[in-house]
Amino acid sequence: MSNVQTKPLLQVDHLSIGFSQYVKGTQKRIIHPIADMHVEINEGEIVAVVGASGSGKSLLAHAVLGILPSNAIFSGKMLYRGEELTPARMEKLRGREISFIPQSVNYLDPLMRVGRQVQIGLDPRTARAQQEKLFLQYGLQKNDGRLFPFELSGGMLRRVLFATSVREGVRLVIADEPTPGIHPQALSEILRQLKQFAEDGAGVMLITHDIISALEIADRVAVIKDGATVEISEASAFEGNGERLKTEYTQRLWRALPQNDFDLEFKREAVR
Amino acid sequence: MQGVQEGLNVRKKMILLLAFSSGFLLVILFLSFWLSNDNLRLSSAKNLAPNLEHLFGTDWLGRDMFTRTIKGLRLSLALGAFTSLLSVIIATLMGVCAATFGRTVDAVISWLIDLFIGMPHLVFMVLICFIAGGGVYGIVLGISLTHWTALARLVRSEVLQIKNVEYIQISKSYGKSAWFIARKHILPFIFPQLMIGFLLMFPHVILHEAALTFLGFGLSPQTPAVGIILSEAMSHISTGKWWLVVFPGVLLVGVIKSFDSIGEKLRILMEPSSANE
Amino acid sequence: MTKSIVFRFIRVITLLIGLSILTFSLIHLSPMDPVNAYIGGDSSASPEQIEKFKAYWGVNKSPVEQYFTWAGALLQGNFGTSLLYRSPVLDIIQSRFLTSLALMGVAWVLSGVIGYLLGTVAAMNRGKTIDKIIKWYSYTLVSTPIFWMGLILLIVFAVWLKWFPVGLAVPAGVLESDVRFIDRIHHFVLPVLTLSILGGSNIAMHTREKMIDILNTEFIVFAKARGESSWQIFKNHGVRNSIHPAISLQFAYFGELFGGSMLAEQVFAYPGLGSTLTTAGLNGDLPLMVGIILISSLFVFTGNLIADLLNKIVDPRVKGAM
Repeated sequence: MSNVQTKPLLQVDHLSIGFSQYVKGTQKRIIHPIADMHVEINEGEIVAVVGASGSGKSLLAHAVLGILPSNAIFSGKMLYRGEELTPARMEKLRGREISFIPQSVNYLDPLMRVGRQVQIGLDPRTARAQQEKLFLQYGLQKNDGRLFPFELSGGMLRRVLFATSVREGVRLVIADEPTPGIHPQALSEILRQLKQFAEDGAGVMLITHDIISALEIADRVAVIKDGATVEISEASAFEGNGERLKTEYTQRLWRALPQNDFDLEFKREAVR
Repeated sequence: MQGVQEGLNVRKKMILLLAFSSGFLLVILFLSFWLSNDNLRLSSAKNLAPNLEHLFGTDWLGRDMFTRTIKGLRLSLALGAFTSLLSVIIATLMGVCAATFGRTVDAVISWLIDLFIGMPHLVFMVLICFIAGGGVYGIVLGISLTHWTALARLVRSEVLQIKNVEYIQISKSYGKSAWFIARKHILPFIFPQLMIGFLLMFPHVILHEAALTFLGFGLSPQTPAVGIILSEAMSHISTGKWWLVVFPGVLLVGVIKSFDSIGEKLRILMEPSSANE
Repeated sequence: MTKSIVFRFIRVITLLIGLSILTFSLIHLSPMDPVNAYIGGDSSASPEQIEKFKAYWGVNKSPVEQYFTWAGALLQGNFGTSLLYRSPVLDIIQSRFLTSLALMGVAWVLSGVIGYLLGTVAAMNRGKTIDKIIKWYSYTLVSTPIFWMGLILLIVFAVWLKWFPVGLAVPAGVLESDVRFIDRIHHFVLPVLTLSILGGSNIAMHTREKMIDILNTEFIVFAKARGESSWQIFKNHGVRNSIHPAISLQFAYFGELFGGSMLAEQVFAYPGLGSTLTTAGLNGDLPLMVGIILISSLFVFTGNLIADLLNKIVDPRVKGAM
């Protein structure tokens, strides 16, 4: 847990998101991928939102950013820095105070050079210099900026996505599954970058299904099942046999991890 | 969250529009049989602007324009149905052959499709109409020979898709004949596509039929076809007889649009992805 | 890359050969003999003319030989002699070509621009009133016969408002050299308007669909998440991703355009290739008809080829892959 004085940055309460769907003929029903979700993130804190795929984690990110599909039906309460997060406010904040790192490299425009994509949203006068600095920071070549997404490897595109999220004045970073299918070295690099955001004072929402790597940097963990928050615990509670975890679901989830067949520390050392 | 069940949802609206379009077409069909040919006799009531007795006015020979238009549309509908059917048959044959008889046949048919898509359609219809020596054959032949391509491509890909499905493979291994498989498994599978292809072909066919007859190909000037009515009316517009042009055209557009909307709505309703608005 | 372009060129050439064979077979298979068709069109044909015609078609040889005689003549630029105008087919086509090109060219550009703008506006405002209006407008116009549209414009602008003349590309009874530019424009506006309105609605519908597809992609969601406004999204991603398909669609539209110009030319008595073809068809002038058919097909196939190549070349992804 960070020792800075923390203030709640983002509070999500009783969030529910539904979609209407035709069942048969003209009959409709509403499905609720997210039924009752709670999350709270403080400044300078990393909260991991963990759950199986299909548990509604990504929708949570989209809801906070206000980029849900237009047919989504939405209810619940979201506060950002103590004030209600209305669609108008989301529009003002996203890309400025709230930045988003999407889960797939398909989120880059296939026909725009990657350097230009990073420059969007930066001050036009200094955008180029800033972009080049960011590329340097993320270990990308200066010339890579002239390339189209299809010309870069998946790992490089991930770094481009990270570069798009670095903005002056960002207070909340939402990273949606930034780690799948990435090799261990790149993984620790990504985690280090997320940690850096938090050290700079931003709140980080790390959405993932990979508890182990999330625990390396997270302060707290929210466990999601079927669109609802099961429990929110300190990251330190995930240890040993999980005696300090509050619910049985989380305990079983924790014990079921292959790593827990052995001594956790030993296993980690072995992987490295 | 509440508003969802209130009022008409999109699907109900679609079905309502479908019913409306079909109703409109049926009314025209009914009227075309009900209206008496006597209205087409020459009379002294010449060049009348639209009034209660003659809704669409009368022409320079005193014929009732409403009756002429409706009868003309009946001809368009009949021609449209026959020609579309012919096109669907060509498309089915071509599509099924391309999908079943190996790569060479497939390549030849795909080349043929490119050829028929590439050529300027109206131009070829004019040639075919001329060569067929006038009469309705030229129109039917010209239109059906140029309209099968898109549907043939669709049929080809549908058949390719279903050909390798398990139950067909099982059916084959039980020694069922190719004809049996085609009749029992493949045709029922592509039938909905053919039906919608047929409906969506209608508007094009009617538009082209009207265009050809307007240019003066195919039908004799005595035939009450909408294209001919409009072509005759052309020489009367400088004297301000706008009703000869406006009303037959409006009804023609209505008919074409109805078919288009029926085909399009059915297509959307049948797509599984339309379940999520 | 070059290989694929060469391959495409070869395919177009085979298609053109196929087209000439098709045309030839249609004429040959038809119950009427080309010579009879020729004479049937005009009984005043002289014996020499008939002989010349027979030689052109190679009437006394086998069908295959006939085809090669005919195709050989075509390749040398001998399209035969028009009966109606009593001059070489190619000369007539040349004299009409520019008039048609002006009409089609202007309509082509206008319909592309109008259609793209309408389609984009509709897609960006999907579901709102402006979208509904544009959608309704486009769907209705697509169902509208082009000649009827022309007649309506004629009634409104020429008969009622008297802004434009009722027909002919130049005023009647005036020598070609005396025609002022303004007169030409005067007779040019309505046919162009007719073609552009209808062509534009077609393009608008396609652009709208394409743009909606683009707006539903993940990179647009991300652009939104990064705080781009609708205008920025359009400027940064919409144009970039939709302009290539739109332009190649425009080129693939040549066939429709030619058919449309035939009808518009007929309504406005505009002396281009289209109305010449109609006259030739109605009067049984087979050589002229075949000549225009082949030339217009060449025109349409060229458009399709350009569309195809644009698809392959301009997209950096395909370019990189080849």
